[in-house]
Amino acid sequence: MPSLKDLRNRIASVKATQKITKAMQMVAAAKLRRAQQAAEAARPFAERMSSVLANLAGAFEGRPDAPVLLAGNGRADVQLLVVCTAERGLCGAFNSSIARLARDTANRLIGEGKTVKILCVGRKGADALRRQFADKIIEVIEFKGVKQLGYDHADGVGKKILAMFEAGDFDVATLFYSQFKSVISQIPTAQQIIPAEIPAKAAKADVGGAAYECEPSEEEILADLLPRNVSTQIFRALLENAASEQGSRMSAMDNATRNAGEMIKKLTTTYNRSRQAMITKELIEIISGAEAV
Amino acid sequence: MAEAFKFELVSPARLVLSEDVAQVMVPGAEGDFTMLKGHAPFMTTVRPGVLEATGVSGKVSKIFVRGGFADAGPAGLTILAEQAIPVEELKADVIAKEIKDAEEDLADAKSDEAKRVAQQKLDQLKAVFAAAPSH
Repeated sequence: MPSLKDLRNRIASVKATQKITKAMQMVAAAKLRRAQQAAEAARPFAERMSSVLANLAGAFEGRPDAPVLLAGNGRADVQLLVVCTAERGLCGAFNSSIARLARDTANRLIGEGKTVKILCVGRKGADALRRQFADKIIEVIEFKGVKQLGYDHADGVGKKILAMFEAGDFDVATLFYSQFKSVISQIPTAQQIIPAEIPAKAAKADVGGAAYECEPSEEEILADLLPRNVSTQIFRALLENAASEQGSRMSAMDNATRNAGEMIKKLTTTYNRSRQAMITKELIEIISGAEAV
Repeated sequence: MAEAFKFELVSPARLVLSEDVAQVMVPGAEGDFTMLKGHAPFMTTVRPGVLEATGVSGKVSKIFVRGGFADAGPAGLTILAEQAIPVEELKADVIAKEIKDAEEDLADAKSDEAKRVAQQKLDQLKAVFAAAPSH
């Protein structure tokens, strides 16, 4: 049985923890609103990009001279996994669920006899994967001091990946991130970015039977568009991730605050009971002492 | 007055502009062109430069765009730009930074083709810089 003083101390410490988790929840809620807006504002660009790409890609279907970024280089031996996670923890299962998806994919690919390389964007993903795949991680990109993610950040990552592709360091690149559905639901997603995946639902725009005129040629436009598409997809993934991270942290901290509240209630009950027991005991001692005289 | 059509300017971060306009002057890679309603389906890349959208009321908005595409269809004109800044907000130091980046790109360029592209981009940026109102 802990003493009254111990109980008082424990109640005080749980209360302090509750205050911290409450504050973190509120900060996450404020940040979430901004991150969600950013993620939603970025969607039109990515969607238009996909539909333009689908329009142009149709012309190249099955042609041997299709750009390598679209059709791939014909191999799938070396797989690059681009794992985007957060820089900080304490956000529920956010980081671990992305890492788990990446780990499962990596294990499957290794089982198929392929070479796996991992590029981590965000420190937490690297921490989670380092234990098992330390030799596979080729680079870790951190955005630690970055307040607001801009397109330039994503472009930097995109250019790095493209340079590696051109150097023949890998054949297929897959992007791992968490798609933001709502505050309570974020879906870890794997998306192939090289060769470009053309979403089936981005139907070809109806041009009313008229031929699409391109200037310069379709090849040149596509050659310009495809690298840009890589950066765009990464940018979108980073923004979705930012929103997911805050959403996940918000619900995790909400849970923690509630747990702390329950704990305080339980401890307070115990504290009051033992205090009462002590008083009763003292009274009995006094009364029985008085009777004995 | 020309008939209005839908014009959308999208940058990765946000939808910059989405409104009905009478005409749009676009700095295309192969030369400037003006879009009116009912233009044939047409797609082109955009060079760094200033785009001019004339609203139905005759109000002209000038926007600096860099790197992207113009996609004209029956539904209207969509421009995907890597960067889009209204000219009023465009500061001389922003263009100066762009020019510096372009110069670095030129220095980094290895093949002749890459050099030509980088040089072209630099020239275009310098032209914008010369025309910028705020310096």
